[in-house]
Amino acid sequence: MDFQTAVFYFLSAILVFASLRVITARNPVHAALHLILAFFTCGGIWALLQAEFLAIAIILVYVGAVMVLFLFVVMMLDINIDRIRQGFWNYLPLGALLGILMVVEMGLVLGSKYFQIPAAEAMLPAGVSNTKSIGALMFTDYVYPFELASIILLVGMIAAIVLTYRGPKKSKYTNPNQQVFIKAKDRVRVLQMPVEKD
Amino acid sequence: MDALMNFGLGIFGSAWPAVWTLLKIVLIVAPLMLGVAYLTYFERKVIGYMQVRIGPNRVGPWGLIQPIADGLKLLLKEIIIPTTANKGIFIIAPMLAIAPALACWAVVPFTDSLVVANIDASLLYIMAISSMGVYGIILSGWASNSKYAFLGAMRSAAQMVSYEISMGFSLICVLMVSNSLNLVDIVNVQDQGRFAGWGLSFLSWNWLPLFPMFIVYLISGTAELNRAPFDVAEGESEIVAGFHVEYSGMAFALFFLAEYANMILVSALTSILFLGGWLSPVGFLPDGILWLFIKMSAILFLFLWFRATFPRYRYDQLMRLGWKVFLPICLIWLVVVGVWMMSPLNIWK
Repeated sequence: MDFQTAVFYFLSAILVFASLRVITARNPVHAALHLILAFFTCGGIWALLQAEFLAIAIILVYVGAVMVLFLFVVMMLDINIDRIRQGFWNYLPLGALLGILMVVEMGLVLGSKYFQIPAAEAMLPAGVSNTKSIGALMFTDYVYPFELASIILLVGMIAAIVLTYRGPKKSKYTNPNQQVFIKAKDRVRVLQMPVEKD
Repeated sequence: MDALMNFGLGIFGSAWPAVWTLLKIVLIVAPLMLGVAYLTYFERKVIGYMQVRIGPNRVGPWGLIQPIADGLKLLLKEIIIPTTANKGIFIIAPMLAIAPALACWAVVPFTDSLVVANIDASLLYIMAISSMGVYGIILSGWASNSKYAFLGAMRSAAQMVSYEISMGFSLICVLMVSNSLNLVDIVNVQDQGRFAGWGLSFLSWNWLPLFPMFIVYLISGTAELNRAPFDVAEGESEIVAGFHVEYSGMAFALFFLAEYANMILVSALTSILFLGGWLSPVGFLPDGILWLFIKMSAILFLFLWFRATFPRYRYDQLMRLGWKVFLPICLIWLVVVGVWMMSPLNIWK
C-alpha cells in the first residue's frame, strides 16, 4: 500500500466515523462539530484527488461560514432529545424509504460514465491550474446552469427574509445616520463663568 | 544550501524531506512566538507612552524580560475547569484558536524563494484556514457554560462572519488585478508598471489603485482580530472578559498567543497584498526581507495606535459599518476595477 492509499484510508475512516456521530450524538452541538470534522476530512480527500480548489472551497464555505451560522443557531436552540426521539419508530419507514432513494440516486450518479475514467487519465498534467480550468468552464460552457443556481440562491435568501419579516418595528428607533453625523457643538454648550469673589 | 541538503540526506536518508519540512516549521514558529512575546511588550510600551506613562520597566533593563516573566507565570498557573463546563470542548477550544493562526504561516512568503509551501491557491488557503479561527472563540464561549462567555462568543461569531465578507471582496479585487492566487506572484506583479519603471515602485503597489480596498481590508482585519475598537467579544467593561472569562493559565495564554499571532499574520498579509511585500519602495535600494519586516512593524504599530485612540464600537454600530458601509463600497469598487481592467486605461497589463 503506497502512502497516498494509506492517507486515503486514514481520512475515510475519520469521515465515516464523523458522519456516523453526526446522526448518533445526543448533544446537538457535538453533532454539529462532527459535521464540521466530516467536511474538513472531505476537503482532505478532495485535496488528495488534486482538486485543490474544491478542497479549499468546501473548507472556506462550509466550515468557515455555513457551519459557524449553523452552530450559532444550534447553540441557541433549546432541544429536548427525549421528545424528539418519541416518534422515531413511526417515522422510520418513511425515513428509510427516503434514505434508500438517495442511495440509489447516488449509485446512479457514481456509476455513470464520468466516474469510470481510470485514475491515471484523470490526473492533471503539470502546470494546469485546477482553479483556472474550473473558472473557465463555469463561465463558458456552464454559464446558464451557473446563473440559474445563483438565481435560486437569491430567491432562497429573499424568501428567508420575507418569511421572518414581522412587519414594521413598533419599538423606539434611533436613526444611526443622525447619530453618526452629530457634532459636539449640537449637544454641548460651554459657558463662560466669571470667577466669583467675596 | 546544497551542502546542507546533502548532509541531511546522508544522515536521515529518505526521511530527510519530512525532517527538512519540520525544520522549516520550527524556523517559522519559534521566531513567531518570540515576536508574539515582544509584540505584547511593544504594545504595553507604546500604549504606555501614548498615555504618558512608562509601561513595564522593572523586569530586566527597560523591562525587556517582562514578556518572558509573564509567559513563565502563565505556564505555572493552574488551569481551572468549571464544574458544569463541557470538559472536552473546553480543552479543545484554545487549540482550535491557535492552530489556524499558525497553519496560515505555511504559505506566507518572506521573499520570492523563502516560503514553506509555494502553492498556487495560497490566497484561498489563507482565507479558508483563517476563517476557522472563529471556532475557538465560539466553542470556548459555549463550553464554559457561563453567560458572559456565551454572550462574547455570540457577538464574536456575528462580527467575524460579517467582516469576512468585506475582507473577501477586497481580496477579490487584489486577485483580479494580479491575475493570480499565488502570494509570490501577487507581490511580483506589484513590481511592474510605469512608476516602478521610474524607480518609484511604492507608487505602483496595490495600495494606490485599490486605495478604498486597502482601507477596507485594514479595518476589516482589525475587526477579524477582535482588536480595539472592535473588541466587543472581550468587552471587559460590559461582559467581564467575554469568551475567555473562564480560562486560566496556559489555556488562557493560548487565546492570547492566537490573537497576537493573528495580528502579525494580518500585518504580513496587508504588506504582501497591498504594500509590495519584500519590494523596496525606491529603485536604488535592493529588495529584501527587511522591507517586509519594516512594513509589518508599521501596520502592527497602527493596530496599537487604534487601541490607544478609539473607544469601543457599540454592537449595532459595528454591524452597520460592516454591512451598510463596507459591503456597498466593496461591491462598487469591484465593478470599478472590473471596468477599469477592461478599458484602454488598464494599468495592469
